[in-house]
Amino acid sequence: MARQRLSYAGVAVAVPVTVPYVRYSTHSAHWFIGHAIDALVKASGVGKDQIDGLCLSSFSLAPDTAVGVTQHMGLSPRWLDHVPTGGASGVMCLRRAARAVQSGDADVVACVAADTNHIDSFRQTLGSFSNFARDATYPYGSGGPNSIFAFITANYMRSFGAKREDFGRIAVDQRSNALKNPNAMFKKPLTLDEYMAARPISDPIHLFDCVMPCAGAEAFLVMSQERARELGLPHAVIRGAIERHNAYSEDPVMVRGGWRVDRDDLYAQAGVRSADIDFVQTYDDYPVIAMMQFEDLGFCEKGEGPAFVRSHSLTCDGSFPSNTSGGQLSAGQAGAAGGFLGMTETLRQLTDTAGSRAVAHAHLGLVAGFGMVTYDRCLCTGAVILGRPA
Amino acid sequence: MTMPMMHPKRKNPVLRTQQMNLPPGARGRVALGITTAAAEGRFELQTCADCGAVQYPPRETCHKCLSPRLNWREQGGEGLLLGSTTLHHSNDLFFRERLPWQLGLVHLDAGPTVMVHLHGEVGAAPARVRVGARLDRAGQAVLIGFPNEGSAHMADDKMLREMTSDPKFRKVLVTDGKTEVGQAIVRALVKAGADIVWVGHAEPWKKMGGLDDISALPQVTLVPLDLTNGRSVTELAGAIGGKVDIVINNAEVHRNFGIASRRGTDVAKAEMDINYFGLLRLAQEFGPALKGRSADGATNATAWVNLLSIYALSNFPPHGTFSASKAAAHSLAQCLRAEMRPAGIRVINLFPGPIDDEWNQQMPPPKLAPATLASAIVKALRDGVEDIYPGDVAEEWLERWRDNPKVLERELAHGGG
Repeated sequence: MARQRLSYAGVAVAVPVTVPYVRYSTHSAHWFIGHAIDALVKASGVGKDQIDGLCLSSFSLAPDTAVGVTQHMGLSPRWLDHVPTGGASGVMCLRRAARAVQSGDADVVACVAADTNHIDSFRQTLGSFSNFARDATYPYGSGGPNSIFAFITANYMRSFGAKREDFGRIAVDQRSNALKNPNAMFKKPLTLDEYMAARPISDPIHLFDCVMPCAGAEAFLVMSQERARELGLPHAVIRGAIERHNAYSEDPVMVRGGWRVDRDDLYAQAGVRSADIDFVQTYDDYPVIAMMQFEDLGFCEKGEGPAFVRSHSLTCDGSFPSNTSGGQLSAGQAGAAGGFLGMTETLRQLTDTAGSRAVAHAHLGLVAGFGMVTYDRCLCTGAVILGRPA
Repeated sequence: MTMPMMHPKRKNPVLRTQQMNLPPGARGRVALGITTAAAEGRFELQTCADCGAVQYPPRETCHKCLSPRLNWREQGGEGLLLGSTTLHHSNDLFFRERLPWQLGLVHLDAGPTVMVHLHGEVGAAPARVRVGARLDRAGQAVLIGFPNEGSAHMADDKMLREMTSDPKFRKVLVTDGKTEVGQAIVRALVKAGADIVWVGHAEPWKKMGGLDDISALPQVTLVPLDLTNGRSVTELAGAIGGKVDIVINNAEVHRNFGIASRRGTDVAKAEMDINYFGLLRLAQEFGPALKGRSADGATNATAWVNLLSIYALSNFPPHGTFSASKAAAHSLAQCLRAEMRPAGIRVINLFPGPIDDEWNQQMPPPKLAPATLASAIVKALRDGVEDIYPGDVAEEWLERWRDNPKVLERELAHGGG
């Protein structure tokens, strides 16, 4: 029996910030980090010198890390972390920042994910992403994650009878959410016919199964609820949080993610059931992964993902609101900021700043993360349940 | 079924010759273990000496028991294809120029899941496949998913032809047609479907047996070539350099002397002049020509073959100066390989033991028949390997050399072959 973990009670998550995405930028990642921190300062009223914790996630910062960023931005934090878990970094930055606040190691932690995107940077990132990718996937067609997730998608379709249309429902509903998000890169509606007719990239992956790499930043602040109330900041609280790395490594191809290992723990921390969740932000690098999260986080059983998406609408006003910002599929993937997208969107939903995307009676939101295809699957999974303060 | 490759049309001389963009060649040092084995035609993966777990991708520590004792072991490669995909988009120029491109994910019976280039004859998943390792155009090992039972034309698969140097429909220069070995090579190339075989002959006034038979073959054209003469090499390169797809340098001088058994340096110089300087002259003239045509359609320039000797690894004193010239040639061939790699031209080195010819008359059997050597060359071209040690003697020397080069040196000093 594992030792009872400390609850995340008393921690506030506030001030969701998005630095608008652009397809390509001539600026470095530092530019986007600077804008994000500036926006955090302006929106919160917390002075730059009062930010005493910094938790950073970025791929394109090299050779810098969070260390170099402190000097670049003139910050002097007493707590610093650099989280290299990409698509899972939103959940993981939050967990680390929350513990720093609870333990008194920091009072106000800025969690920032930012990346730039130059014309050739995606190709260069692919080739040097990991040792295993350099040795065992990049020499094979250099399709990057597209070909890996093509295998995973093909295997899932064959094993559980999923059709391309099922993945199309996810992409189409998310697009309609994105049309209400001024920060989304995609501004035009997407029909299922258009989804089906899209050109193949690495079949069964077609164009609208892929995210668009872009430049941008997402950020939020973590502090005590007491501090947030003093500052008059609307905020959400952490009801439960989990993370897991390299789960189910014995599965020859990914059919489930680490969420499945820890989900009972997640709901137990929050004292809720999956049915109590009002909206879900999955990590949608590819629709099949969003579908797996519906299963592995307990909204349906393994293999029922296709039936689940056929019987639900995933729009903001639908029966199962999901990726209400449009997700990465329609908002864009600003590198590591893709791992923060669900977090900032959830904060907006729970602090009533989601505008026309607002999910009615939204009290509990679940954010899942998934990151780092070092070889044949993503290794990092995490999830957090955020709620409104009591 | 692979559609048999058709004879390519004559090249339009107005069109620009496509230049080579190599596939990604970066590998970590540990991963080069796969390349090392693939260079000799084997598929090896690391196996834990303590718990037996097979590892992939290559690594420093066993993923099961944390042991650092990971040894390279030959694999059967049997496995189950879990999924396949056809790439219609790639960020890499090599693949972008060759789309669509088929890939697979295979669960090896030995344990790991591997990503492979997929042969066109492999059916839809789930399917049993056999995984093998091949060198790609960057000279690095890649894994390939083969059908369990391939058809007669499986070598014509578009992907596989990129990994190999099949002589079919290609134009080949064999530098010496006067020897039995040279003639056997020519016959083997013609049988393998080579389009044109240019056969070099020095000193054409010397009539040698067998040359007439070879030149009667419709694919064969005799060309004057004297590797001791730079001008002769330059002239031939000027005439055919822009057309040759494969160079096979089999010209050699072989005499049976050590140091004390013959006074002076005349024979040693003659050996060096062909075996070492001949290669150098040839490489300086034909190397750049091959490099310029390494991505030139379906019958691109593809390979350079050197006839070395197992004596290149360790001196065989009864043939001491010959051994030294072959060691020099081996060293130069490594340089040539490094210089040809950026263009994707494969340098194949042969290390035979004693060949059954006049200069090994006094060597005891087993000796390598010229026809066996010739088919080993064709096989090497088809399999895309880099180093071959044809015959029992060569294999045994290699094993002894790998076990302990110093012990082998001592054994050879005592006349032990």
